[in-house]
Amino acid sequence: MSDLPILSILIFLPLLGAIVALFIPRSNEPFLRAWAIGLSLVVFLASLGLWFSFDPTTSDFQLQEQLAWVPAFGIYYHVGVDGISLLLVLLTTFLMPLVFIYTAGSMSVRVKELVVLMLVLETAMLGTFLALDLFLFYVFWELMLVPMYFLIGVWGGARRIYAAIKFFLYTMAGSVLMLLAIVTLYFRSGEGPGLSGRTFDLLTIMKEPVPTDLQPWLFAAFALAFAIKVPMFPFHTWLPDAHVEAPTAGSVILAAVLLKMGTYGFLRFCLPLFPQAAAAAAPLIALVAVIGIVYGALVATMQRDMKKLVAYSSVSHLGFVMLGLFAFTQESMQGSLLQMINHGLSTGALFFLVGMIYERAHTRFISDFGGVARLMPIFAALFTVVMFSSLGLPGTNGFVGEFLILVGTFKQSALGFQPFAIVAGLGVILGAIYLLWMYQRAMQGPVKEPVVDGHAIHLTDLTSREIFVLAPIVILILLIGVYPKPFLDRTAASITNVSDQMQKVVGAGPSTLASGR
Amino acid sequence: MNFTLPALDFFAIAPLLAMTLTGCLVMLVDLFTPRRVGKGHLAVVSLVGLAVTAFLAAWSWDYSNPIAFGGMVAADSFTQFFNLLFVFITAITILLSQTQLEREDFHAGEYYTLLLFSAAGLMLMASATDLIMVFLGIELLSISLYILTGFSRYRLESEEASIKYLLLGSFATGFLLFGISLVYGAAGSTNLGCVGNALGGRSEFAIETCPALSQATAAAATNGHAPAILLAGMGLLIVGLGFKAAVAPFHLWTPDVYEGAPTAITAYMSVAAKAGAFAAVLRVFMIAFPSLIADWSGMIGVIAALTMIVGNTVAIAQTNIKRMLAYSSIAHAGYILVAIVAASQLGAQSVLFYTLAYTLMNLGAFAIVILIGRRGEENELLSDYAGLGYRQPVLGMLMSIFMLSLAGIPPTAGFVGKFYIFSAAIQSGQVVLAIIGVLASVVSVYFYLRVIYLMYMVEPARAYALPPRAPWALAAAVFTGIAVLALGLYPIPFLDLAGASIPFIS
Repeated sequence: MSDLPILSILIFLPLLGAIVALFIPRSNEPFLRAWAIGLSLVVFLASLGLWFSFDPTTSDFQLQEQLAWVPAFGIYYHVGVDGISLLLVLLTTFLMPLVFIYTAGSMSVRVKELVVLMLVLETAMLGTFLALDLFLFYVFWELMLVPMYFLIGVWGGARRIYAAIKFFLYTMAGSVLMLLAIVTLYFRSGEGPGLSGRTFDLLTIMKEPVPTDLQPWLFAAFALAFAIKVPMFPFHTWLPDAHVEAPTAGSVILAAVLLKMGTYGFLRFCLPLFPQAAAAAAPLIALVAVIGIVYGALVATMQRDMKKLVAYSSVSHLGFVMLGLFAFTQESMQGSLLQMINHGLSTGALFFLVGMIYERAHTRFISDFGGVARLMPIFAALFTVVMFSSLGLPGTNGFVGEFLILVGTFKQSALGFQPFAIVAGLGVILGAIYLLWMYQRAMQGPVKEPVVDGHAIHLTDLTSREIFVLAPIVILILLIGVYPKPFLDRTAASITNVSDQMQKVVGAGPSTLASGR
Repeated sequence: MNFTLPALDFFAIAPLLAMTLTGCLVMLVDLFTPRRVGKGHLAVVSLVGLAVTAFLAAWSWDYSNPIAFGGMVAADSFTQFFNLLFVFITAITILLSQTQLEREDFHAGEYYTLLLFSAAGLMLMASATDLIMVFLGIELLSISLYILTGFSRYRLESEEASIKYLLLGSFATGFLLFGISLVYGAAGSTNLGCVGNALGGRSEFAIETCPALSQATAAAATNGHAPAILLAGMGLLIVGLGFKAAVAPFHLWTPDVYEGAPTAITAYMSVAAKAGAFAAVLRVFMIAFPSLIADWSGMIGVIAALTMIVGNTVAIAQTNIKRMLAYSSIAHAGYILVAIVAASQLGAQSVLFYTLAYTLMNLGAFAIVILIGRRGEENELLSDYAGLGYRQPVLGMLMSIFMLSLAGIPPTAGFVGKFYIFSAAIQSGQVVLAIIGVLASVVSVYFYLRVIYLMYMVEPARAYALPPRAPWALAAAVFTGIAVLALGLYPIPFLDLAGASIPFIS
């Protein structure tokens, strides 16, 4: 087990699968789909091996692999996993088979292209989470855009081209400045005028503190790229368009994994590399995060389109994640990391659910529905669990995450974050309002069947395939909600490391809970 | 007046001779071929000549006595790098020309001859270490290109493009000559090494017979300020060379000429003429004017910023793919200028690498443009690309690779090239220029992606008949496509090659 380059296998197995899929005749759709499902399941099983062989006691990167790529320029293929990336990798590998299973029942045009693109996307996502070389990270980060662009643009809704371009341009605009910042870091590493000794290796760059006069600039460049990706208010405007136009599979991946790239980037790069600048920016970012929480929730309340509602709820939820990250306490940061996973599960599931009902009714307007719970009891039951997770009801994973974030934020007295925690707490209530109100209007009350082109559509309950897609997510939602320990354990060491470093900078002393769990 | 003939080392210019002789040979073979035989063998003769040229260029990579003909030309690795590049471009252009030669009934003999002569001009530009030789190279290139541009003689736009190119190009040549004469007036020599030494440098390219300096220049060299006459000369050189490289604000001819010229010639011009101009710029500014960097880096920096902004923004508004690629090529010249402003080892290395990457992706894109056209139906509008990805999946995929590479998305050659250019800019402290550059390239993403979304996300407005088979052009497109990915995934050998090809920059 230990000799296998398991991370490289994880990253490149999907790409290999995509290349093989290129040679499968497009007429043989069942085999293409089976190939994608099988391959993504193998990747998931491999990642389970990662879960069990992971050593939770250390904050060091594990299972590192390093190969020379462009050594003359200090570029290495360097990957490794720690407590921060572990869960996100698993989230990705866990969702991909479900997405493939779902698309097997719902998407029937250009199956070959779909399979190839999604597998390439999986490679890019896993590579982004596992890369420990800044150049490598950037390559995967940009590579991610291309398949997603096609997913939205080819299989999307009416305004798909606009949404796809907007998604691409927004993300690209943020990331090119990050590239310049990465290059600046590169030229700061090593000695002398030449290129010898300089490196893009994250671990090496982290060892040498960045001078404080340079930090704000580089932090800003990185933060802009990540803030657009998260997306933080006011850079969120691409998100509703992309989500509404994307096909269900695209929305799920976008919400569950791609948005996490932003928050992951803050945690992986911005905080450890530029601690002073991050500390200085923390109040501003926390303020913007809280604005995002409230604003996202308010706008979600006003939506008539279910998918848009879920999209805006993401803005609100990721505000929580950002607030927790920049509160710097052990609890808040661990809550944030857990909440990234939770949001991936609950919002991913919500997009699945909205997609399932849209396929039946060909409308997503809340007002077109009524009494759905009576027509589709299984759908309503699963929807209820996922909704409770999304609004953070105790017993679900959402509660654990939001609770840790709020407690942790409240404890951040050195920066005076208590008011933020209070306002964010109000955001939880707003979250309950928009979700419950939607539930009340669509699921309860008198039965109202949506009318399309003059005739009513009879809603049928979920198929076994659809239940099969949702069941694992729901189980995980409840599992994390009741027993989050194995998840928190594996993240504790890495988070403590970052948290202690940040606490030192803001002058609150190291966290006392370092080994408490 | 004593006049001694300098040593004539013909081995030093062997590749150039081979190229020129190939051109002459093609002309003769054409002359003695009866009309009914057909002209297919002329392409073979040209390609064999190119192979010989390439062999000679590789053979003289480490030529023992690089400074030849009394300091007029240099046969160093820089020269050979560009010689190989020009041979490659010319060969691909010949492959791309096959369909059009057939379709539009060109006179193949003249066509190949002019192409080979223009390549000889390019080789002269890259090897020149004297301003007069730079001028000769540019003229040989330009005059051949003026004619080639007008080769589609039944198409009015082609004629118009040719005349326009000729008129504006002549003006540019005038500027260049005037600049050369001013530099000569200030430094007393047209030899790049002598000019460099006159300005306080110690160039290896200087010949023994460098003239004594005028007092004004000598004084200027010691106090570090260039005399006005020299600044004016330098500025005019920038105008002249900038015209050939199509950088803003000397780019106005580009879209019309690129649109009007036969597509294979457009492909050739857009990569070869630019590469030649930048080779000359590197030589002139890094050998003759390195001590005046404070004066020219600002000038070229402004031009670079303007070029990137104008090229990328105006490209958005285009509806014809050749015009779009014309503006795109303007923008790419801007990126290369950024690397020149960096004026460092890394900068020069990235100029060479980017030139190679740009050559591959642009030739590839034009190959696709040629491949989707038919007799009487050029399909040059962007809207003609609607649905191409499903109509012709291989072409669609290749075009996507070229567009993504031009946009600078990994893992392609274009990304690696831009990465090195902006790295060089950051290293030299040109942060503002780097920021303008990356933001301009974000703008460019819009119009490159438009081609992709047309190909894959838009239904065609009318039915398209499949174009006839064009195996040579297809081979060129496939080859460049693979090369674009190879350079993006494993750039090391090419970076090393570029690094080994700049002996005069330390």
